[in-house]
Amino acid sequence: MKGELLAGTVILLFVAAFLYVAGSNTGAEWGGADGEAEGVIEELTGGTYEPWFEPILEPPSGEIESLLFSLQAAIGAIIIGYFFGYYRGRQSAEPHHVAEE
Amino acid sequence: MHIMEGFLPHPWWEIWYALSLPVVVYGIYRMNRLVKERRETLPLLALAGAFIFVLSSLKLPSVTGSCSHPTGTGMGAILFGPALTAVLSLIVLVYQALFLAHGGITTLGANVFSMGIAGPVVAYLVYRGCAKSNLNFYVSIFLAATLADWATYLVTSIQLALAFPSATGGVLGSFYAFGTVFAVTQVPLAIVEGVVTALVFKYIIQVRGDVMVRLKVIDEKRLGKLREVISA
Repeated sequence: MKGELLAGTVILLFVAAFLYVAGSNTGAEWGGADGEAEGVIEELTGGTYEPWFEPILEPPSGEIESLLFSLQAAIGAIIIGYFFGYYRGRQSAEPHHVAEE
Repeated sequence: MHIMEGFLPHPWWEIWYALSLPVVVYGIYRMNRLVKERRETLPLLALAGAFIFVLSSLKLPSVTGSCSHPTGTGMGAILFGPALTAVLSLIVLVYQALFLAHGGITTLGANVFSMGIAGPVVAYLVYRGCAKSNLNFYVSIFLAATLADWATYLVTSIQLALAFPSATGGVLGSFYAFGTVFAVTQVPLAIVEGVVTALVFKYIIQVRGDVMVRLKVIDEKRLGKLREVISA
């Protein structure tokens, strides 16, 4: 249980830090750091840099973008869940092998 | 850490492609051998890939008021080494470049290098170094995964700085500018990634510690001790 408690505490601290920043009126926009880097490039080059290649497909809206991101997370999560479920089940089904809890 | 499509000028995008390609090719060769010779490790490989899928899809808010995502590559690097992890990262990066306009095809070489190679190499070296010095297993995993995540973003900053040196401060000046965006934002995220990775390793030890022994990630004796602690 110690590991779970520790991980939970760190995540709670992380959320608390977010709430603190969000609540302290810093004008944070919570945009992507990748996009911010684009701003830095613009600053460094004085706005002269033109990307020389455009994305082939761009999600038509923010909703569709979040759909595709959720899909990515869901595919990963299914595999992780299957892996642990399968081996845990197998372990407790083996009579000579004491299930480790 | 995704450098956006079209945002790396000639000759940089070619250079990063040239550096990443041999590693990916070697990784595919290693993966093929794994599939043929050690099939029992494949579920773990799928797990490492899935972990990257999940973590790199989560854009988390950071204390700097912007969002960024963890990479999830530490686990793959610790279990299978950097070359195989480069292949796993490539899959995610291609998915995001093609369907999400996140990253890009022209910047794929650079993004594979930072996320799939630089980070995993750091994770691998840190983990092996810690294992030699007999540091606590979970602390080793935490350090490896945290530093890997952070290294990825440092390398992205270096990549952008090299391509866009500042007129006044040169490469160093723009490294500072990009580093402020990436490296600082990433600190809390990297710590969370390290902790979560360490926790998942606890579960791997419970269910498939034997495969970790076969992959020489850990020896039998240490595994036994860790399992005792878990079941106690």
